[in-house]
Amino acid sequence: MSILRQGSTLIASVHTALDDSELERFRTDLVAQIGEHRSRGVIIDVAALDVIDSFAALTLRTIAEMARLRGARTVIVGIQPEVAFTMVRLGMGTGSIPTALDLEEGLALLTGGVDDGRRRP
Amino acid sequence: MTQTTPGQHLLSELVAHLREHRTRLREEWAERIQQAHLLAAMTPQEMAAETTSVYDNYVEVLETGSVEALQHYARDLSERIIPRGVETHEVVGIVLLLRDVLARSLFEKYQRDFGLLNQVLDAYEPAANRIANTVAVSFVDERERVIRQQQDAIRELSTPVLPVRERLLILPIIGVLDSDRARQLTEQLLAGIRRHRARVVVIDITGAPDVDVAVANHLVQTVDASRLMGASVIITGLSPKIAQTLVTIGVDLSKMNTIGDLQGGLEEAERLLGYAVTKKEDATLS
Repeated sequence: MSILRQGSTLIASVHTALDDSELERFRTDLVAQIGEHRSRGVIIDVAALDVIDSFAALTLRTIAEMARLRGARTVIVGIQPEVAFTMVRLGMGTGSIPTALDLEEGLALLTGGVDDGRRRP
Repeated sequence: MTQTTPGQHLLSELVAHLREHRTRLREEWAERIQQAHLLAAMTPQEMAAETTSVYDNYVEVLETGSVEALQHYARDLSERIIPRGVETHEVVGIVLLLRDVLARSLFEKYQRDFGLLNQVLDAYEPAANRIANTVAVSFVDERERVIRQQQDAIRELSTPVLPVRERLLILPIIGVLDSDRARQLTEQLLAGIRRHRARVVVIDITGAPDVDVAVANHLVQTVDASRLMGASVIITGLSPKIAQTLVTIGVDLSKMNTIGDLQGGLEEAERLLGYAVTKKEDATLS
């Protein structure tokens, strides 16, 4: 995985399937970097993953929640069609974390250029 | 030189006989086809042409024992006659008629020598049966291929994913939604979202009479999966019956964005995407 900085946004790309300890390290690194760079937004790109298990989904939700507590919004981008449907069937969503089709859309969503089309409570 | 067995020798004699009386036997066969009212969909000219080539192929297979050329021909023939509405029983029927016509001519030729007739039939029958078998199987195979092709076409047509505006897809569902179709709908929708980079999808189910519990659940999952891919889904045209099903199965419907009809759904989608559609005062329909 790699974490890049783009303005006030962190872009974290996951390149290969991560095991549980790698996921935890990913979480620690990412949340630490939010503070270092004073980031306001985080994009997690999972386009390269063809499977997202329940622990991975949980980790993504925790990262988003921790990022929120440290003042950054998280968007998950690039979930593949089959992955999306499998996740839903197994009852593991991304909770309240916004999702977008790809990196470009995710950046647009964070910079507020696009109404994400969802009803907010 | 290869040693010829008595059977092979008889078979070549038989083939020579069938070649010699080709015209007469073929006409007799054509006549019997007509009497049996088979291949009524074909014109007499076509029938003459087809019966001639079937006859020649038949004799050739008897001679060489190789059914490959016949298989090829039978497939080709099936391809031509299936669209004309020729049925399996007709194809099998004409091949069996030819078998009978030729067998009769053998009876006639060898009637004086019963022992020889028996030997000739021993050589003839297995070959003839194999031919009938090959033709029937080729025909059925071809028909199944056509059916499969049509099924694929219908399946693809049954769930079109249509781009209406940039980033906006419509998915009209017409007809009964069974679990097979529902699964396929999901696949096509998710692939469509990716391909067209859709942000909003309107699923219109005005044309679906009813859904069962499994399909309703599947529909809800499809909406969630689309959301994971960054597209929001608007469902329109829910009939009272389907609405009741959805409520009864107790799925969480709070995330479902539903609007009464397709028109309303499109308006909502345009609003979400930031389109403003205005009517021109001086618009004419000329």
